[in-house]
Amino acid sequence: MIHFVLLISRQGKVRLTKWYSPYPQKERTKVIRELSGLILPRGPKLCNFVEWRGFKVVYRRYASLYFCMCINQDDNELEILEIIHHYVEILDRYFGSVCELDLIFNFHKAYYILDELLIAGELQESSKKTVARHIAAQDSLVETAKEQASSLSNIIAEATK
Amino acid sequence: MAGGPSLMDSLFQRSLEDLIKGLRLHNLAAGTAAGTPESSTFLSKSIDEVRREIKSTDQQTKTTALQKLTYLHSLYAIDMSWAAFHAIELSSSTIFNSKRTGYLAASISFNSSTDVILLLTHQLRKDLNSGNPHEVSLALQTLSSICTPDLARDLTPELFTLLNSNKGFIKKKAIATVLRVFELYPDSVRVCFKRLVENLENADVGIVSAIVGVFCELANKEPRSYLPLAPEFYRILVDSRNNWVLIKVLKIFAKLVPLEPRLGKRVVEPICEHLRRTGAKSLAFECIRTIVCSLTQHELAVKLAAEKIREFLTEDDPNLKYLGLQALAAIAPKSLNAVVENKEVVIKSLSDEDVNIKFEALRLVMAMVSEDNVAEICRVLINYALKSDPEFCNEILGSILSTCSRNYYETIVDFDWYVSLLGEMARVPHCQKGEEIENQLVDIGMRVRDVRPEVVHVGRDLLIDPALLGNPFIHRILSAAAWVSGEYVEFCKNPFELMEALLQPRTNLLPPSVRAVYIQSAFKVLTFAAYFYFYPEEALAASISGVGESVHNGWCEQSSDSVSGQTVTFSEPDEGFNPRMLHQPQKDASGNDGKKMISDLEQVSSCSVKMGHFTKDCLVGMVNLVESTLRPMAGSHEVEIQDRVKNVLGLIELIRQEIHGCLVPKEEENDRGELKACEIVRVMHDAFSEELGPVSLSAQGRVPLPDGLELKENLSDLEAICGDFRIPVLSSFSLEKPRSLEKDVVTVSDQQNEEECEPSSESTSLLTEHRKRHGIYYLPSEKKEKVPNDYPPANDLSMQDKVNDEVDYLVKLTEKSLVPKKKPIAKPRPVVVKLDDGDRIHINETLPELKEDLISDAVQEVLLGSQAVASSSRTDKSDKSSNRRSRKETFRPLESNADSTTVEIAELGNKNSRRIKHRTHGKERSHRSSKKATGESDRSDRPNSSHPHGKHKSRQRADGMENVAAESPVIPDFLL
Repeated sequence: MIHFVLLISRQGKVRLTKWYSPYPQKERTKVIRELSGLILPRGPKLCNFVEWRGFKVVYRRYASLYFCMCINQDDNELEILEIIHHYVEILDRYFGSVCELDLIFNFHKAYYILDELLIAGELQESSKKTVARHIAAQDSLVETAKEQASSLSNIIAEATK
Repeated sequence: MAGGPSLMDSLFQRSLEDLIKGLRLHNLAAGTAAGTPESSTFLSKSIDEVRREIKSTDQQTKTTALQKLTYLHSLYAIDMSWAAFHAIELSSSTIFNSKRTGYLAASISFNSSTDVILLLTHQLRKDLNSGNPHEVSLALQTLSSICTPDLARDLTPELFTLLNSNKGFIKKKAIATVLRVFELYPDSVRVCFKRLVENLENADVGIVSAIVGVFCELANKEPRSYLPLAPEFYRILVDSRNNWVLIKVLKIFAKLVPLEPRLGKRVVEPICEHLRRTGAKSLAFECIRTIVCSLTQHELAVKLAAEKIREFLTEDDPNLKYLGLQALAAIAPKSLNAVVENKEVVIKSLSDEDVNIKFEALRLVMAMVSEDNVAEICRVLINYALKSDPEFCNEILGSILSTCSRNYYETIVDFDWYVSLLGEMARVPHCQKGEEIENQLVDIGMRVRDVRPEVVHVGRDLLIDPALLGNPFIHRILSAAAWVSGEYVEFCKNPFELMEALLQPRTNLLPPSVRAVYIQSAFKVLTFAAYFYFYPEEALAASISGVGESVHNGWCEQSSDSVSGQTVTFSEPDEGFNPRMLHQPQKDASGNDGKKMISDLEQVSSCSVKMGHFTKDCLVGMVNLVESTLRPMAGSHEVEIQDRVKNVLGLIELIRQEIHGCLVPKEEENDRGELKACEIVRVMHDAFSEELGPVSLSAQGRVPLPDGLELKENLSDLEAICGDFRIPVLSSFSLEKPRSLEKDVVTVSDQQNEEECEPSSESTSLLTEHRKRHGIYYLPSEKKEKVPNDYPPANDLSMQDKVNDEVDYLVKLTEKSLVPKKKPIAKPRPVVVKLDDGDRIHINETLPELKEDLISDAVQEVLLGSQAVASSSRTDKSDKSSNRRSRKETFRPLESNADSTTVEIAELGNKNSRRIKHRTHGKERSHRSSKKATGESDRSDRPNSSHPHGKHKSRQRADGMENVAAESPVIPDFLL
């Protein structure tokens, strides 16, 4: 299973963290620091796996962003690489050629998409289309709610005038 | 209506985007480093804002505040546990966005220590039952990441319902969440397992994928319980064309096949089929891994896998190369041919730019090592080590050392070669494996008698190189070199050279502990030389038996050559003369000596004659050299050094007198003093030439416990006592050192008793006083009391005059102290501790003993239990395995579950029937005969089953054991 997902920028800034195994907050910061030190200096022609504390960390770089996932020693690294790619493709589709800034300003959406892709450290949906459909449906739910809310506040605003 | 203030809040609230922009701005302005004052003030300001806004009654404001906090928490690790309640509050909102934000915050920040988490139970239940699939999905997602045992227990019924949901994507999430719930609340397995199994037959690939994922995780932890499901998995393996699913199924089979060999025959063909047909590397790799890990008996499959590995290795993609090497490493123990075929690639990978690949290649190379090629491979590797960066270099050295020493050096035939390789490693520039090399040098010295001359030779080469002393990483190696040179000095070709090397000025670069070894070795060399001088015939006879003649020639030549030089130095035996003068002639001598080392045999006989005449001068030279070098160190602040220096000086004193005695009346053999001095030298030599053997790991355990030794007593008040003990001792040491030093130099008696000479007279009196007060903590040993009594009074100045008497007395003393406790004296410090296990010679004695212990233990267990029917070894084994299982198991109920699946899968999930079954099992068990009773009784004796649930557990375990036996006949029915 996947123990955690990290998105780290080339400068070592964290862009997204999702923990599927329990790690206390202190440990999380330590893990992030350790892994940034391990992964960021690696050259482009090296393999995408790092052995770390008896686990394997599979990472892949897209532009300035490193997508890292930590898995067990006997999990399939290539499969995880595909999952990462999958996630990036879905993000790309959702944001329309995604860039780091999209993820910064829409961090919660990145989480929602990840949640549709993975659950409890396992891949739950291998179809990009389905994930996109679910996200779109949720967004429309939000939109309708917002419309209601805004109309309500309009009413209040008018009332207080 | 409190709309006013909240409306104001919502109008002027900083949105998430504003917050992010602000953070970026401040970070950019203040440079890249996060945590600069400016950005941190901005951060704390934002958090204050959030704290205020989150209390708002307006949902929108609250949502935004929580969202901001979540952002700060997940990226800046800001604590948000205080906002847990607000997250719960929002999760109950009717507005989907607020609900989503609340759940997201909860799933990111809650953990098992969040106390308000129970308040979420109701909301989760409500949402799990919701008609809106997206709300259900949110609740499931949250549950899967923050599940606690309580939540798991309370929500199991809802999950059970959702497992039958008609919405595919809800079902999938429910399945994945069930895994977490199982882990935390094993009883839920009884409820949900049946539905889980039913879903294996689902037509929807997504659902099968999820379910297989769950079983993959479960099987990882305890595969045996899932053997009965093998037919279902087999069907998926054959039918499915989805790579995600196949990978997981392969993983399950990788776990199941080792448990049931017949399964292997069934699955090997489909797996090979997948491997042949697939274009996806991930699936291909999974097939390979399954074959090399679990299907190694199937030669064709292994061959196919090896072919595919080869393809991986020849790819340019470093990922595939790395995985290929890994697979190769997995296949190596079974089919070394596959590795050897790819030898070229492997060796090339040693110089790959990727560290991972290099390490993997190194592991493989080491796997290829055998008796025939070990020398060749080590040569190649050392060359790589010389070229590579320090980290990898040490990795190489480390793996050479560990591979070659494996199983008592089983791969090494030519130990001379290996010892010289060790010497060579010490000279590799980045070498940091000092400790390991040290251990092995000493270990080999002790274990392998024949290689000792070479060990001494290598040691000599290391010792005489002054450059090596400057490298702190190899001080440990030098320590070993010094030790072997001292311990096996009889193989030394040139003791003078050795002595010089041991005492060279640069040794002051060594840490005190190593220096102490040097001095101790010098002590041994000196003893040996003196012995050689006093008993030339014996020495010859003794060493001829062990050593080649050349050594003696060396000795003789040395003595004859150095006459000229020695006489010069001897002519002025002044205390304060310049050591340089002494060094010079000796170096010349040793130079000559080296060339003449190989001399003819005829000289041997004449030598012995010569020796008596010449060696005296040599000995005097050596004595002078040692004394002049060591004398200044007698005041060293390091106890270890000071101690040993004093020993050596004491010996020198003794030898001096002897030589003087010789000088005047050479023929007076009856001279008592001379005789005794010789005697001492002989005794000491005997002590030193006592063979040191490796110490077995269990040696300590075999020492019987002395009577009256209280080990289990509570020692908590010991610290206070130590406190008032330590302070006076320390002060006495520091104050009295210079004075006691001089005394001790005179006190010849303590030269052998390294241990005993530590407490000086002052501290001894303190000790006795302390002993009076805290007698219970002392061993009732007579020895300790005797030794101080036997000591000559430290300040007895008359002693020097009455040396003869003293010597007489000393002989007695040494006899007394040496004979019963030869070992501690003969063993110099650092090395003995490092020894492990039995030894090559002792192995036959020690190992059977250990085995006997085990067996007798088992027999005892059996006997204690009742009429033992089963053979002792069998009970032993089964007991062990059940213990192992019990420790590994987390899903205990699953086992009882599997129990019923074995009987009939359809029964699964049916609570009532299981309970009845359970009970009957319990009853049956109580009537059951010897073997199980034995197993249980001794299990319940174990501390770990003293757990409150111990009894329950052990019963289930017993049931589990039974399953194991019962399962094997059942499976083939499913399979065949």
